[in-house]
Amino acid sequence: MTAGVPTEFIAPGPQSFDLPPIIPGVDWFTKPVLVAALSVVVIVWFYWAAARKSAVVPSRLQFAGELGYNFVRNSIARDAIGSAEYMKYVPYLCGLFYFILLNNVAGTIPLIQFPTFSHIGWAYVAAVMSWVIYNAAGIKKKGVWGYFKHQTMPAGVPLWLMPLMIPIEFISNILVRPISLSLRLFANMFAGHILLGVFVLGGEYMVFESGKILLGGVGIITFIMGLAIAGLELFVQSIQAYIFVVLTAQYIGSAISDEH
Amino acid sequence: MTTLVLPLSEAAGEDVNPLLPHTAEIIFGFVFLILLAIAFAKFVVPRFEKAYADRTAAIEGGMEAAKQAQAEAKAALEKYTAQLANARQEAAKIREDAREQGAAIIAEMREQANAESERIVTHARAQIDAERAQAVASLRSEVGTMATTLAGRIVGESLEDEARQRRTVERFLAELEESESARQAVGTDG
Repeated sequence: MTAGVPTEFIAPGPQSFDLPPIIPGVDWFTKPVLVAALSVVVIVWFYWAAARKSAVVPSRLQFAGELGYNFVRNSIARDAIGSAEYMKYVPYLCGLFYFILLNNVAGTIPLIQFPTFSHIGWAYVAAVMSWVIYNAAGIKKKGVWGYFKHQTMPAGVPLWLMPLMIPIEFISNILVRPISLSLRLFANMFAGHILLGVFVLGGEYMVFESGKILLGGVGIITFIMGLAIAGLELFVQSIQAYIFVVLTAQYIGSAISDEH
Repeated sequence: MTTLVLPLSEAAGEDVNPLLPHTAEIIFGFVFLILLAIAFAKFVVPRFEKAYADRTAAIEGGMEAAKQAQAEAKAALEKYTAQLANARQEAAKIREDAREQGAAIIAEMREQANAESERIVTHARAQIDAERAQAVASLRSEVGTMATTLAGRIVGESLEDEARQRRTVERFLAELEESESARQAVGTDG
């Protein structure tokens, strides 16, 4: 489209996430799949390189790897699960955290600019995995009946309140958690991507395609705002990865804890 | 601005429900997450934990070695302190002994000196006595000789004159006096 000829602006919306396959005909190979695969390659490569030597005196790379690993191991897993049993869950939590983090940040990285988790399937998968793991951990430790008693009958509640408490606790601890986990992550990524799209594409449209000088000025401001939004998004993307993994760790911790 | 926003609903045309997942993504999601968990469980976590354990062991080993070195240093210090105390004690003892010995030597020396002086005095006295006895003896024989001589002279010159007689007597007396003073001088000499 040439500048000066007014064209209709198509604002980014849900349809912006409906991406065509990268190779026509191969329907499953979409951008999020590619980005997710790349993130797996990057994570595995980085941690393989960092952990390979497992030296007492770490190299710079190993130190960086340990920093990343320790963050999940100590600040998330150990704090939430407790030092007795947390090591079992560190591999999953580590993989989960860096998988979500890289795929979220992919929404800000130039040229990629697509947060994988804005496709809800990925968020469902991560939430279901966490859900299965924390329930399985609880059942393994307390048995099916003991676990459900632990999750639905909080200690210190009078017996006559139990008919009320059991459904509420069951819904909040068993049913809602995977939904809230997945929706929180998905919605943040989805909305962030749209927000960025509105600012960047809107600014672009106003500057280059609206054909109005005034709109062009506004467009420049919009574009600059878009940069600030990108910074905000980077923050939100990191925070969401952190929240997802912290909540997973807390669910595991509360499922296997001795007291409610 | 409304014109900008308006086309959205139209463009959305075919309904895209963002809450419906794609099957492929679900499958890949599970595959990737499980892959990552396995990679961490099998490779990353054991290696990092091994590094941590090694590090802890190294630090503890270092601490153990340091503790041992400290104990050794302490033992050495105690040893040296004990040795020093011994040495001091010994030095004090030696000094004490020396003082005692010195005192003994001085006392002995004094005694010796006393004995010596006694001996010298006794010896001198004995010598004096002997000399005096000798002098007395010699004087005695001399006096006898002199008396005889004088008597002879007196008899020889018998009556020459009274003046000569007197002279003779005076000479004799003078001689006698001389020998007396000589004898006295010997006596005082010891």
